[in-house]
Amino acid sequence: MNREDFPLLKEEIIYFDNSATSLKPKCVIDKMADYYTNYPANAHRGDYDLSYKVDQEYEETRELVKKFINAKYLEEIVFTSGTTESLNMIVNGFFEPLLEAGDEVLLTTSEHASNILPWFRLANKKGIKLNYIPLDNNYYVTIDNLKKVITPQTKVISIAGITNVIGDIRPVKEICKLAHENNVFVVLDGAQMVPHCKVDVKDLDVDFLAFSAHKMCGPTGVGVLYGKKELLEHLEPTLLGGGMNESFDNPSEIYLKELPTRLEAGTRNISGVIGFGEAIKYLEKIGMDNIHKREHDLRKYLIDKLLLLKHIDIINIESDSGIVTFNVSNIFSQDVAYYLNKYNICVRAGNHCAKILKSSVGVNNTVRVSIYFYNTYEEIDNLVELLSDYDKIVKEMI
Amino acid sequence: MNTEESRQIIMENYLNPQNRNHPHDGYQEVNTRNVSCIDNINLYIKWNNNKIEDITFEGEACAVSISSTSIMIKNLIGKTKEEALEYIHEFYKMTNGKTFNKEMLQDACCYEEISKQGNRKVCANLPLKGMEKAILEKLK
Ligand SMILES: Cc1ncc(COP(=O)(O)O)c(C=O)c1O
Repeated sequence: MNREDFPLLKEEIIYFDNSATSLKPKCVIDKMADYYTNYPANAHRGDYDLSYKVDQEYEETRELVKKFINAKYLEEIVFTSGTTESLNMIVNGFFEPLLEAGDEVLLTTSEHASNILPWFRLANKKGIKLNYIPLDNNYYVTIDNLKKVITPQTKVISIAGITNVIGDIRPVKEICKLAHENNVFVVLDGAQMVPHCKVDVKDLDVDFLAFSAHKMCGPTGVGVLYGKKELLEHLEPTLLGGGMNESFDNPSEIYLKELPTRLEAGTRNISGVIGFGEAIKYLEKIGMDNIHKREHDLRKYLIDKLLLLKHIDIINIESDSGIVTFNVSNIFSQDVAYYLNKYNICVRAGNHCAKILKSSVGVNNTVRVSIYFYNTYEEIDNLVELLSDYDKIVKEMI
Repeated sequence: MNTEESRQIIMENYLNPQNRNHPHDGYQEVNTRNVSCIDNINLYIKWNNNKIEDITFEGEACAVSISSTSIMIKNLIGKTKEEALEYIHEFYKMTNGKTFNKEMLQDACCYEEISKQGNRKVCANLPLKGMEKAILEKLK
C-alpha cells in the first residue's frame, strides 16, 4: 500500500522495525526541505512575510493535530520533542506538585522506559507508591484486574495504549471510565497507538496523551503533549526562556504567556513541526481505519505462517496490532537479527526498552517484527522463508 | 584464517564454551555489557598474585560474545596482568581493522572479518572490555 511514496522502498530493503521509527514519505521530506529552502525564519518573532508564513505553517500543524485526535481546544496541543519529553513534562510539571507521599500510581510491567523512569524518580523524590496492574495470560490489561488494584490512594493510571513489545491494544475507554469514577487521572502513552489506529481523546476521555511524530511518517524530534485544558493550565513549565514569557522584571515578577505557548519555551523544532503537519495530512488521506485494517491483515498472515514453524516460539500470538514478538529456539535474538540483516531485512532484537517485562513474560530478549501499512505480503513471505530453515539460520547467523 | 575456519571456531566455542559456570569463593567479579545491544556477561577471575589462575563466566549473549568470552578465557589463563593487557590491546587492534600480532591472538583471529559487520565488533570486544576493567581495578 502506498509504497511508491517512500523513497527508501525503491531499494532492496525490507523494513520491519516500524515500532522503533517509521519510514518517511517524500511529501514530508519535501515539506521540510521547502521550509529550510524558502522560508527558514523563526516562529512567533518577526514582523515580515517570511516569518508570518512560518507562523501560519507551524500553527496549521496544531490545527491538524487537534483534528487528528479530536481535541476540544487548540490550546490543548503542545509541541514537544517526542513522547519521552511529553511524559516527563506530565510527571514533573503536573503530578510532582500535585501528588503527596502515600499516593499511588498504577503502571504495568510492559511499559516503555519513558513511562516508567519518570515515575521511579518521582517515587524516590516524594514517596509516592508505584503499583502494577497484573497482566493476564496473554499479557493484557483487563478491567477486572484493574479493579483489583485500584485503591482509595490511587491517583493516576499511566499506561501505553499499545505496548511496544506485546502489541496489545488496551481498553482505554473503559479504563478511563473506571478511573474517573474513582477520581483517578489517566495518562496515555500513545507512542504506538496514535500512528496505528484512530485515537479520539474526547471519546476515550483521557486526561493526558503523549505521542511522537517519527513513528507516524513524520520527522524525529517532534511530539505532542495533549492535556485537557483545565489540567494543562496547572502544568508547570519545566523549561523557562524565550517565547513563553509575557514579561519579567525580577524573580517575583514573572508573567507567562497563555497555553500552549507557555509550554513551548525556546526555538522549537520548526521544520519538524511543519513536516509533522504534512505527515498527518498524508495519514488522513490513507485513512487511519484502512491503516489499522491493513496491519491487522498482514499480522494475521505472518502469525499463521509462523505458527507452522516448530522452532519459532511466538510470545504474542493473541494481539491486535502490527507487532509480532518471537524467539527461534536456542538462538539468541540478536543472532537472528544479524542473520536477517544479511538479507536486508531490518528487525529488532532485545528487550525493546521494556526492561521490567521479563518478570512477567520470563524471557529477557526477543526478536520483534513491527509492521506498517507499506509492508507487503511478499515481504512477509520472504521473512518466513528465511526463518523456516533452522539449519540455515545456525549456519549463517555469524 | 578463512571464513569457514573462523565460523567453525566461533560455533565450537559458542556451543561448548569454556568455563561457563559459577565459581567458588575467592574470585573477582566483573560485569560487562554494552549500551547498544543486550549482551550481558559476568566474568569471574581467580588471581595468584600477578597471574590469572582461572576465569569463569555466566550470562546471556549472542554467539559472537559467548564464543569470544570462551576463547579469551582459554588464551588468558596463566598470563600476568601485563601480558593480558597486551593481549587485549592486540585484540582491539584487530577489531579496529589495524595490523595486529596474529601469533599472540591465536584462535581469536577468527573475529578479524566478522568484526567488520555492523555492530559485531562490539560483541567480539565485550568480554575483553570486562577483563580490561577487572585488571585495571586490580592495578589501582
Ligand atoms: C510505548 C512507547 N512509549 C514511549 C516511547 C518513546 O518514544 P520517543 O523515543 O519518541 O520519545 C516509545 C518508543 O519506542 C514507545 O514504544
